[in-house]
Amino acid sequence: MSTNGKDASLVVVQLAGGNDYLNTIVPYENGHYYDNRKNVNIDQSDVLKLNDEVGLHPTMTAIKSLWDQGKVAIINGIGYPNPNRSHFRSMDIWHTAEPDKIGTEGWLGRVLRQMDPQKENVLTGVNFGRGLPRALGCKDVSVASVGDLASYGLFPDLEDEALRKYALDAFSKMYGGAEGRDAVSSMLGETGASVLKGADLLRSSVGKYSSDIEYASSSIAQSLKSAAQVMSADLGTRIYYTQQGSYDTHAGQLDVHANLWSDLSAAVGDFMDDVDSQGYADDTVMFLFTEFGRRIKDNGSGTDHGSGGAAFIIGNKVKGGMYGEYPSLKEEDQLEGDLFFNNDFRGTYSTLLEQWLGYEAAPIVNGNFEQFNFIKN
Amino acid sequence: MGSQNVELMAHMMRRVGFGAHQDEIDAMLPKGYEAAVDELVSGPDVVEYLPDDVVMRFHVDMNELRFTTSSAGYWLYRMITTNYPMQEKIALFWHGIFATAYSKLNQARSLLNQIDMFRNFGMGNLRDLLLELSKDPAMILWLDNNANHKGAINENYGRELLELFTMGVGNYTEEDVKECSRAFTGWTLGNAEYMATRAAKDSLWPYGRIAWHFEYRGYDHDDGEKTFLGETGKFNGEDIIDIICKQPATAKFISRHLYDFFVADEPPVPQWPYTPPRDPEAIEVLSKAYFDSGYNIGAMLRTLFNSDFFKNESARFARIKSPIEMVVGAHRFSGNITQPTFDIGDAAEQCLFMNQGPMQPPSVEGWHEGMEWIDSGTLVERVNFASKELSDIHHPGARSIIERLATINGGILSPSSLVNNCLELLGTVNATDDTKATLTTFAEQFGDVDLRNHKPGDDSEKTVGNIMRLIASTKEYQLC
Repeated sequence: MSTNGKDASLVVVQLAGGNDYLNTIVPYENGHYYDNRKNVNIDQSDVLKLNDEVGLHPTMTAIKSLWDQGKVAIINGIGYPNPNRSHFRSMDIWHTAEPDKIGTEGWLGRVLRQMDPQKENVLTGVNFGRGLPRALGCKDVSVASVGDLASYGLFPDLEDEALRKYALDAFSKMYGGAEGRDAVSSMLGETGASVLKGADLLRSSVGKYSSDIEYASSSIAQSLKSAAQVMSADLGTRIYYTQQGSYDTHAGQLDVHANLWSDLSAAVGDFMDDVDSQGYADDTVMFLFTEFGRRIKDNGSGTDHGSGGAAFIIGNKVKGGMYGEYPSLKEEDQLEGDLFFNNDFRGTYSTLLEQWLGYEAAPIVNGNFEQFNFIKN
Repeated sequence: MGSQNVELMAHMMRRVGFGAHQDEIDAMLPKGYEAAVDELVSGPDVVEYLPDDVVMRFHVDMNELRFTTSSAGYWLYRMITTNYPMQEKIALFWHGIFATAYSKLNQARSLLNQIDMFRNFGMGNLRDLLLELSKDPAMILWLDNNANHKGAINENYGRELLELFTMGVGNYTEEDVKECSRAFTGWTLGNAEYMATRAAKDSLWPYGRIAWHFEYRGYDHDDGEKTFLGETGKFNGEDIIDIICKQPATAKFISRHLYDFFVADEPPVPQWPYTPPRDPEAIEVLSKAYFDSGYNIGAMLRTLFNSDFFKNESARFARIKSPIEMVVGAHRFSGNITQPTFDIGDAAEQCLFMNQGPMQPPSVEGWHEGMEWIDSGTLVERVNFASKELSDIHHPGARSIIERLATINGGILSPSSLVNNCLELLGTVNATDDTKATLTTFAEQFGDVDLRNHKPGDDSEKTVGNIMRLIASTKEYQLC
């Protein structure tokens, strides 16, 4: 099952809000596209052509360059049965791998529990952003959620460094040391101690890191830079998670969507270069997903919630190319004005789990799903 | 007035509401404990809160009240500013059990209506509450009762009503679930078909922008004979609720939930069938109150707060604060939120970061509480939030503490005196000797604090703020 070592790590980027598939992987030779997208379209001459049928959004130059190097797998028509067009419910479904009932455990949380059943490393999973995405939430799993890496930890609002050190020393004494007087107190003590340990390690990674890559100032670039910093510190982290958005472009889509992809593509390019120069390129795979695509017909200046979409898998160990089928845009093939999905997202999850991370997929994604072969053996 | 009385009153006020200032405790003491319980459970003559039409003028989000952040913020605002904390606490209690989430509904207004229903019916007769719940539009959509039809049942609501809401697994059969579901056929929403179509097609507001309402459709109700928990008849939903209410299993289940929420943390609910209650006698006492009062939740609460198992020292600080209790408690203490400004949205976000977004329970099972509130991610959020909130010496709560400290020993306090007085004024009287020693060592770096001529924000006040910051970061502050 596992063809890759225990060092294989997964970097997940959630495109929150529903990325418009049609303007990301543009079917520039398809008349139906321009018929439906009277206003919100990408001109044929602008797309970055991937083949005779589709091309990338013009801002995605860095990802195009990775594609040219054979490092980008595009999963076309990814989705799930009976699409739900609510952001929240749909994102829940992607997070818990449970389309039919309300799931309680995140799929990556389940992976983390298997990776570190004894909870020995508090940094096996790190989320860059505040609050924990449900994908990472799982009983007996704790994940560090890092807003700003340099100030991560306790008392970030205390500006006086000497005072902060005193406060941290006091915290360390109160939570560490003697066993608590009861189970609750002991549990709090252990958790407090692991907070301090994790925070120290994470902050120290900033100092250890050096790189020639100049990331942009966008938040996604900074998040991925933080991921590269943590990676370079060899802390045993295997799941990195962050998000960018909002792709919920009901209005004014052309500008907003272009800005988002311009930021994301550049950040992905810089991150992959950075990872390469740090020597982790063979251990790193990126996975970009969104909760749904958008409606085929535009609404004048934007697009409404749809179904079916695209996901990206990027890395040295990825067999670049097109996977899944580009859904038909013909009216008779549409699903209530949306694209029909043709492959279940849990097939892509299963591929990542079994072929990349080396874990049996079925118990994590709640069933057996057809896998792709986008990971090199 | 011994300190024993003060501590008991403080304990009760942490549980009836979200904790109390020394001033509030002092005002309650002369009334005596039982009268205080009675007053706090019954509530004031007039429940004061900013009327909705005024709230709606604050900012666009407040006007909408459809999004999670603004509507969660609205509820937090009510919790933080109410003069009837028990009412909000009981709404939070039922929200945790009848857990309904925004994720599926996309319409927070309907959830706020549900919370309001908990305010109005949450301390009354359980029968009335369950009836309201079964007619609650958010619940109907959440558990698919709009898809529960005569001849084609959907068991979602019927099952959870028995399993998660009233009796718990092991007290009914699969056949009872089906019969219960049959009885609730036809209990649906006005416009159910229109909304189903909308939900399939679009988009931003799949269930529309208007408030939903309950509709009973006789033609879609299965009027046939049903056998439920050993009784047979042409039962409708009301009859099912009557039968549920008279079950000893229901009394025990609700009693254990009350114990868990108001007395001491129980193990997570899924373990209940296998793990006996922490205090079986307490469950018996509460169950008896349930039947004696004719299923009255308020009567159960009065019994609970006046019983030895509650007043006992072993029940004090025997619960881990839920994130909402943590956030509301800190804001009520600091007194910095008086109006529904954008700060309210921040408070809602804080709860979410600590894994308890109001109206966003992870599933119909509600939150996993007690020890499960704490992990290395949430502990960072809890400590950072509380320590920042309580250390801000410009907030009214901190100012009143400073004024009180300034009257002690002529306004000059040694490090240990400062620590002990702050612990007491913050109500963190459960601090161990070790914790006190560490806090005192921390305080020693500032030497004696001289508050004789203190000015807002001067060094002496900052020292007080720093001590409060550390107290808010203790293990003991995590408990209530």
